[in-house]
Amino acid sequence: MSDIYYHERVVRQFTLATLLWGVVGMAVGVLLAAQMAWPALNFDIPWLTFSRLRPLHTNAVIFAFGGSALFATSYYIVQRTCRAPLFAPALAGFTFWGWQLVIVLAAITLPLGMTQSKEYAELIWPIDLLITVVWVCYGVVFFGTLVKRKIPHIYVANWFFASFIITVAILHVVNNLAVPVSLTESYPVFSGSVDAMTQWWYGHNAVGFFLTAAFLGMMYYFIPKQANRPVYSYRLSVVHFWALISIYMWAGPHHLHYTALPDWAQSLGMVFSLILLAPSWGGMINGMMTLSGAWHKLRTDPILKFMIVSLSFYGMSTFEGPMMSIKTVNALSHYTDWTIGHVHSGALGWVAFIVFGSLYNLIPKLYGKQGMYSTDLINLHFWVSTIGVVIYIASMWIAGVMQGLMWRSVNDDGTLTYAFIESIEATYPYYVMRFGGGVLFLLGMCIMIYNVYKTIASGEQARVDSTQPQTVVPRGAV
Amino acid sequence: MTDAWSWYVIALVVINVVAIIWLLIATHWGQGDEVTQGSRHSWDGIEELNNPMPRWWLWLFVITIVYSIVYLIVYPGLGNFKGTKGWTQQSQFEQQMAEARERQREVYQQFAGLSAQQLAVNVRAMETAQRLYLNNCATCHGSTGQGAKGFPNLTDTDWLYGGLAEDIATSITRGRAGIMPAAGLPDSGVAILARYVKGLSGGEMTPLVAEKGKALFATCAACHGSDGQGNQQFGAPNLTDDIWLHGSHLRDIESIIRHGKQGNMPGFRDNLTAAQIDLLTAWVLRLGQP
Repeated sequence: MSDIYYHERVVRQFTLATLLWGVVGMAVGVLLAAQMAWPALNFDIPWLTFSRLRPLHTNAVIFAFGGSALFATSYYIVQRTCRAPLFAPALAGFTFWGWQLVIVLAAITLPLGMTQSKEYAELIWPIDLLITVVWVCYGVVFFGTLVKRKIPHIYVANWFFASFIITVAILHVVNNLAVPVSLTESYPVFSGSVDAMTQWWYGHNAVGFFLTAAFLGMMYYFIPKQANRPVYSYRLSVVHFWALISIYMWAGPHHLHYTALPDWAQSLGMVFSLILLAPSWGGMINGMMTLSGAWHKLRTDPILKFMIVSLSFYGMSTFEGPMMSIKTVNALSHYTDWTIGHVHSGALGWVAFIVFGSLYNLIPKLYGKQGMYSTDLINLHFWVSTIGVVIYIASMWIAGVMQGLMWRSVNDDGTLTYAFIESIEATYPYYVMRFGGGVLFLLGMCIMIYNVYKTIASGEQARVDSTQPQTVVPRGAV
Repeated sequence: MTDAWSWYVIALVVINVVAIIWLLIATHWGQGDEVTQGSRHSWDGIEELNNPMPRWWLWLFVITIVYSIVYLIVYPGLGNFKGTKGWTQQSQFEQQMAEARERQREVYQQFAGLSAQQLAVNVRAMETAQRLYLNNCATCHGSTGQGAKGFPNLTDTDWLYGGLAEDIATSITRGRAGIMPAAGLPDSGVAILARYVKGLSGGEMTPLVAEKGKALFATCAACHGSDGQGNQQFGAPNLTDDIWLHGSHLRDIESIIRHGKQGNMPGFRDNLTAAQIDLLTAWVLRLGQP
């Protein structure tokens, strides 16, 4: 075993990038939340207008924070579960700098108003090309490592990472097909409802594969590691993996209920979203049940708390999603802040929490420490963030249902009971609450960064764990 | 959608659903209740058990599949197959609109035959009229009708296109398009003319402005009248009443003379019924009463 050299520099780089972009993306989110309550906070500066910062926020938290976390953990996990060093480590190093360049370019172009106006795919075509190059290299490194594996069976986490890498490549290329007319402008090759359908086929599978499948891969490694328990059920993982990745593909049309999209496509989007409930929950069950026999650890281990609560939010969001895809429910929820609440229960509660839990497990190992600097600070982070998420989603639920009811309320004389501005006025207190929830979440992120800083800066060294393969990074290796 | 595409959609749906059902059968009913794996793997110290899938979860899965199959028989979904219920979102929309129109008809019946003046003092009519106003007009004219720069104030007695009930009804029904062409004057001319126009509403006017401005104003007189009283036929504003739709500052007036201005009030005949426009007319009439 001593002959295995795991490449960890790129993992460390992506881990630190995760923390940096996390705090940046969430800070922009907090500013946007404040602008919703107090619009004057754009200060009449075009770069600070909501319309330009909103895509910056979504790109930063999904692709910069979430993406960096996925790069870091997938590179870490694939090496260890295959007992093989990274294939083409120099290429892995390139994916780090390439991905950071994408993020920086996004942070420049989006506030300048350069956009192709596709939600979650706003970046202009030259950046899209760069993303494609980086992503293909990512695939080469990941699948190359899988090919070189010393263990015959591929671990379940890697199934999820593999499906995520392949699908995101397809989604990204197809949805961004466009004819450039200048360095910053292009026209999409699709138009009308075909364009809308392509966009939401992309958009929903970005949720399904980027924010769900890939983070399930993270979950499948770090929960059994942290709990020190075997994974609950192999066959459950087989069923929920194949069902999840095949069914997710159909769900996009539920974003286009009661639009120009043909009825048949809307129906298929709805029924497949409903069938998606059980496969989604399969991952939650497998993660939760992995803890059976180790429940007592929840009392003392805040890292495990992060992981279990992330699965709870995952289960809640993946129940809420199918319900919102039902046409009659969607007729109320669509276009309201309920959607925003739903997204954040997934993005903060599931994605960010599983990242926090996983990184608290990972960082001491990456830097050769026994553990994080302060368990109390992890616990504090956990409670501050949990309260933040709950305030966030509860306020958006109330606001969303209220908006839906106000907008659809009609008098017998054919007039709306409430003018639009009245619904905005009524939402104001909930916007203020949501801002508060966001501030708490951001505060938690800052607590984490302080804790990570103290961990890395401390002089303490970990004991050598003889049950684990030695981690040796040769000089000059990436 | 051609038949070929329709069968393509149907085939994909059926294949996916059948594959999922097969997957469930093969992994649950095909395997025993063995908890540990036959081949014991370990990945970086992680082992996997092979517990049976929870029964409640399997049932949840089966129920959603059965529900979906039934749904796709009843509702459109399988390609060109319309579903046994014959439901479309268009028919749902039309049915709900017909019901709404029926309810509306009953409401507006009670106001039939009343004149605008009578409606304006009818409390129930004005409650509906105010809601119509807030839904349709307030975005531009303000919630109390006070207007904004470029959007006429409806609470004063100044009317671009006339303040009689029939004039107001025409404005709402068909909309209004006001066109003021650019004057095409050099800067010095624009400056003099702007001071002259401002002076028409009172205030000081130097002899130079009075003399040269009057000469330049001859072009404007075609629409605004030789004394600047305006003309409601074209919606040309009265320039002598010190009411300034596009701003009273000299800078504003110069800009209008230099660049011209197009005003556009959309017509509502496609969005509102005649009965609703009658109520709105009465509401606007009431707003304009001193």
